[in-house]
Amino acid sequence: MSSAIRFILNGEDVTLGDFAPTDTLLDYLRLRRRLTGTKEGCAEGDCGACTVLVGRLTDHGLAYEGVNACIRLMGSMHGTHVVTVEHLAAKDGALHPVQQAIVDCHGSQCGFCTPGFVMSLYGLWLSNDAPSRADIESALQGNLCRCTGYEPIVRAAEQVAANRPSALFDPLERDRAEIMAKLWSLQSATDTITVEKDGSRSVIPASLEAFAEALSQEPDATVVAGATDVGLWVTKQMRLLSPVIFINHLSELQSIAADGEGITIGAGVSYTEAHGFLEALIPAIGRLIDRIGGAQVRNMGTIGGNIANGSPIGDTPPPLIALGAQLTLRSHSGRRTMPLEDYFLAYGKQDRLPGEFVEKVLVPRPAENGHFAVYKISKRRDEDISALCGAFNMTLDANGRIEAIRIAFGGMAATPKRAKHVEAALIGQIWNWATISAARDAFDEDYQPLTDWRATADYRSLTAKNLLTRFFLETAGAPTELRRFEMEDA
Amino acid sequence: MDNSTFETKSVITGPMHASLKHDSAHKHVTGQAEYIDDIPEPAGTLHGGLGLSDRAHAEIVSIDLDAVRAAPGVVHVLTAADIPGFNDVASTGQRDEPLLATDLVQFHGQPIFAVIAETRDQARRAARLAKIEYRDLPHWTDIDGARQNGAPLVVEPMVLTRGEPQTEIEKPPLRIQASMTIGGQEHLYLESHIAMAIPGEDDDITVWSSTQHPSEVQHMVAHVLGIANHAVTVQIRRMGGGFGGKETQGNQFAALAAVAAKKLDRAVKFRPDRDEDMAMTGKRHDFRVEYDVAFDEDGRIHALDATYAARCGFSADLSGPVTDRALFHADSSYFYPHVQVRSQPLKTHTVSNTAFRGFGGPQGMLGAERIIEEIAYALGKDPLEIRKLNFYGQPGSGRTTTPYHQEVEDNIIARVVEELEASSDYQARRQAIIDFNANSPVIRKGIALTPVKFGISFTMTAYNQAGALVHLYQDGSIHLNHGGTEMGQGLYTKVAQVVADTFQVDIDRVKITATTTGKVPNTSATAASSGTDLNGMAALDAARQLKERLVDFACRQWKVERKEVEFLPNCIRIGEDIVPFDTLVRAAYYDRVHLSAAGFYKTPDIHWDRKAGRGRPFFYYAYGAACSEVSIDTLTGEYMVDRTDILHDVGKSLNPAIDIGQIEGGFVQGMGWLTTEELWWDDKGRLRTHAPSTYKIPLASDRPKIFNVRLAEWSENPAATIGRSKAVGEPPFMLAISVLEAISMAVASVADYAVCPRLDAPATPERVLMAVERLKAM
Repeated sequence: MSSAIRFILNGEDVTLGDFAPTDTLLDYLRLRRRLTGTKEGCAEGDCGACTVLVGRLTDHGLAYEGVNACIRLMGSMHGTHVVTVEHLAAKDGALHPVQQAIVDCHGSQCGFCTPGFVMSLYGLWLSNDAPSRADIESALQGNLCRCTGYEPIVRAAEQVAANRPSALFDPLERDRAEIMAKLWSLQSATDTITVEKDGSRSVIPASLEAFAEALSQEPDATVVAGATDVGLWVTKQMRLLSPVIFINHLSELQSIAADGEGITIGAGVSYTEAHGFLEALIPAIGRLIDRIGGAQVRNMGTIGGNIANGSPIGDTPPPLIALGAQLTLRSHSGRRTMPLEDYFLAYGKQDRLPGEFVEKVLVPRPAENGHFAVYKISKRRDEDISALCGAFNMTLDANGRIEAIRIAFGGMAATPKRAKHVEAALIGQIWNWATISAARDAFDEDYQPLTDWRATADYRSLTAKNLLTRFFLETAGAPTELRRFEMEDA
Repeated sequence: MDNSTFETKSVITGPMHASLKHDSAHKHVTGQAEYIDDIPEPAGTLHGGLGLSDRAHAEIVSIDLDAVRAAPGVVHVLTAADIPGFNDVASTGQRDEPLLATDLVQFHGQPIFAVIAETRDQARRAARLAKIEYRDLPHWTDIDGARQNGAPLVVEPMVLTRGEPQTEIEKPPLRIQASMTIGGQEHLYLESHIAMAIPGEDDDITVWSSTQHPSEVQHMVAHVLGIANHAVTVQIRRMGGGFGGKETQGNQFAALAAVAAKKLDRAVKFRPDRDEDMAMTGKRHDFRVEYDVAFDEDGRIHALDATYAARCGFSADLSGPVTDRALFHADSSYFYPHVQVRSQPLKTHTVSNTAFRGFGGPQGMLGAERIIEEIAYALGKDPLEIRKLNFYGQPGSGRTTTPYHQEVEDNIIARVVEELEASSDYQARRQAIIDFNANSPVIRKGIALTPVKFGISFTMTAYNQAGALVHLYQDGSIHLNHGGTEMGQGLYTKVAQVVADTFQVDIDRVKITATTTGKVPNTSATAASSGTDLNGMAALDAARQLKERLVDFACRQWKVERKEVEFLPNCIRIGEDIVPFDTLVRAAYYDRVHLSAAGFYKTPDIHWDRKAGRGRPFFYYAYGAACSEVSIDTLTGEYMVDRTDILHDVGKSLNPAIDIGQIEGGFVQGMGWLTTEELWWDDKGRLRTHAPSTYKIPLASDRPKIFNVRLAEWSENPAATIGRSKAVGEPPFMLAISVLEAISMAVASVADYAVCPRLDAPATPERVLMAVERLKAM
């Protein structure tokens, strides 16, 4: 058993044995290391001023991803390479091309958000040498700038894309082999790590088996994967959590694979990884994931966490329920599987027993001759929580009758929920204007939504009905959804 | 963007009118730019946490802070009893804003006590342990609630009258009476408020404060501590955004830090969490505009009567001048032959609303543009045609007098609009959109071209003054200080350009230094777009004094006439000699020439009589126009801005790159105000859109998909401003009105453009859909 985590911070090897489970990476950087280039703007993962890159070994090698340091907990840093804005410029002060492009394009005004933008654009620059405008905007979804209006920052991203002076110029390209070797040695250590501080405890299990074991011994422990939700319990509600079991590193939970049955998504698969895998297989889900959080949140947050927390406004359950997904829960003593929709019992209450955790979800593919769509409605198009999110999965028979249909919505009830009355009104009917017009009112039997800051009950009810209309029009070949880039249609 | 808009007049780097980079750009991108939270803390620095009211309006029955005091790391719990001077941080002198509430709370989030602890985390945790007993009082949070409850006004309202509105409004054939609701806006500067106070000997205290108004923070800290102004030094190198949100709102954090620092004799830092910042600090005012307009069949306005009611919050703060400026811009760019407009600054149980880019102007102008829409839809015409018909005329036209009796003498709006109409291909695109809409059942498009005319000067005449301090050192390097603050707008860069240009030296010879009340006293807020106009002129004055002394010295030493002395790039021609700048400065020192100068400037020719509603409050006007095209989804109310073209007047730009940045950024910020940014209080008076998770400012993917921004390169300010430039901070914000009106046109298409959609702001997808539904039902 080890009692310290080990990671690399910029160019330095760090062994850290004194942190609380609620200690954030941002506070560690700013308060303990005086790396003050990384800023706190919101402490909830929404503004991106705290963006740093975290490198880790994946199946594809060493990958660097932008994350929000403000809600990233220290217990999840073992075996990673943390890169902050201070690491980019050369020792002689020469700017990295990404930094230089922002200077040249007048991309900073007050400058407070700028280090975060530098890191997001750096992450893009490392992974994509010919980004489209859509790629750039997607990479910047998690970064707020209140001064520039973004135009010069996007220009900087375009300008720098092809500017790669030499591999030696870039600190991460230059040291790649060395960093990989170090991370490999850190990650292959087989010990479970337990870090105690002032009576609190962080547990970093060595394996899935060790995780199940630890959870069975301490069923009340908080399980943290991406911390995109738990991080806010810490920063906003100031909850003291202990013990906390960190599972973001468990590769056993990170597999995603397709077979005849469907697509099996491990609970630890991040939105980013799921997006990469699903965008070709189920494009509608790919487009939805592109609108969950910003890139940083998608790099951290997991499908399993989105399900496990049972939020009524979680974006992944509606499409997964509409597709008839099956959830597998696991504990030290075994597994059980249930339809995903049965997992959500009531507001804040899920069918998860003490000691159980979400292991994976099996998503059947949409029928090849069927129609499947997901619509997310939010005040702001990107990086916003849904006012409502609806998914439609339908097959028609040869005569144009509705053979099967599953409709599920989030944001319309205390849990993600199927629209069974609407489904009943549709099934067996001819898929035409009269049918959907007649079925609209059934939404009122399925859902009595609330009014809150995201939308009124009236808007939610009306829009849910109108999304059925949109689905109808789209199956008739008339796309109605506004798309910012034509390529999204591809 | 075109960076080579103006020819530079010399070979120095950084002259006036050149597209220089922001002076801190290099430090921004490397993370080396220091904001207050990044400054190394003095040993033993303590941290503040805040105890806030969780009631909107209540008497405080009892406060039990025992558990707070007993919490780990707590050094002291600060209450009103600890305040040695006045428990008051009202910027107006009205004494209506206690620093810490004692027996009454008037909004959810009002500070009651502060915890001082060894760490920020300990202070924040301890603050949650207080037990406070309240007796609730009736509360209201919006304009309707205020009116229903007969709410008082926070300041004396203003009325502007010209002509005979009461009688003339009955005469023309057409008349419309309606109203528009306009939402507020959170500043969401990326750096939240912060202050660090360091105690000194005697009464001395130094406060680093993220403020646009160091002098006011100085006065407020002295007022709260009961000490003289001279004991307080307030400093700020840069803010992470301000936008008006740091004009008065920093007072409370600076005052709390100062009181704690003096009491405990240790440095104290206060940095609220984003949620606390949003709960505790004021926002843009929401407005209700009730208008009664009379016009003829051509669409020409004859008379207007309008009331501008505002949600002001629990105290006055800047609500007086903000609601005044709403009235100053209730004319937008239009001549009203007969007019009466009045303000109604209503008290509500919400945080006191404050300055925000445009300062009431955007709301005033938006009301006027709604009136134009009303007339256009009533007559079945293009709103642009109605706009042009009602523009102020040229001098001599009889159509140049504003409702506040200032003559519009520098009017270029017609030319700006005409050029943009052509360059954006407005007419053809509008027709194409009408054709598109006729065949598109779900997606509808709209286009609008709207003007901006914005009055430049503080309407409080005394604020239109500035000071600067310039030192020449013996090595020829230059130390520059002035009263303006840097919040990202590039003020420091522009003023340094003025100094470099005056001495004809490369700009890297000019050191830009943190704003401090110790170097330049009695400064005005960096606000009202005036930073460059005022401080640029003050710095010019200081630099010219020094230049004169150098010329005098050169004439003495070289025995030449003044006309034989010429400042060339980085050197001076004296008679036949060419002398490097630093050589001359050093020689001047040895000749005992005074190499430091304080500069001063006050704006000429302005005056204002608020009671009479007459005067010349503005030195000049800045103009601009924007044309925006949008698409909306009539099933969901979602929308997208497809294209925006802007032509904006900054006079002869001091720095085209920085000015274009202000225009782009101001436009997108304005777009946020009118689209996705919605403030939402629950029935307990708690702000539920409390942070960026719930309050949605524009993202990169919200900006216009095609975004063409140009300066009106032919424009030169006829007023004698610095380099004949014009102010640029606020005017572009209102270019975003074009987006709201384009959405409005798309909505109007569902009723064949026969009904004014009366789309209120912010036009969230919900408001758009509900407007579509309303029009469809007509």
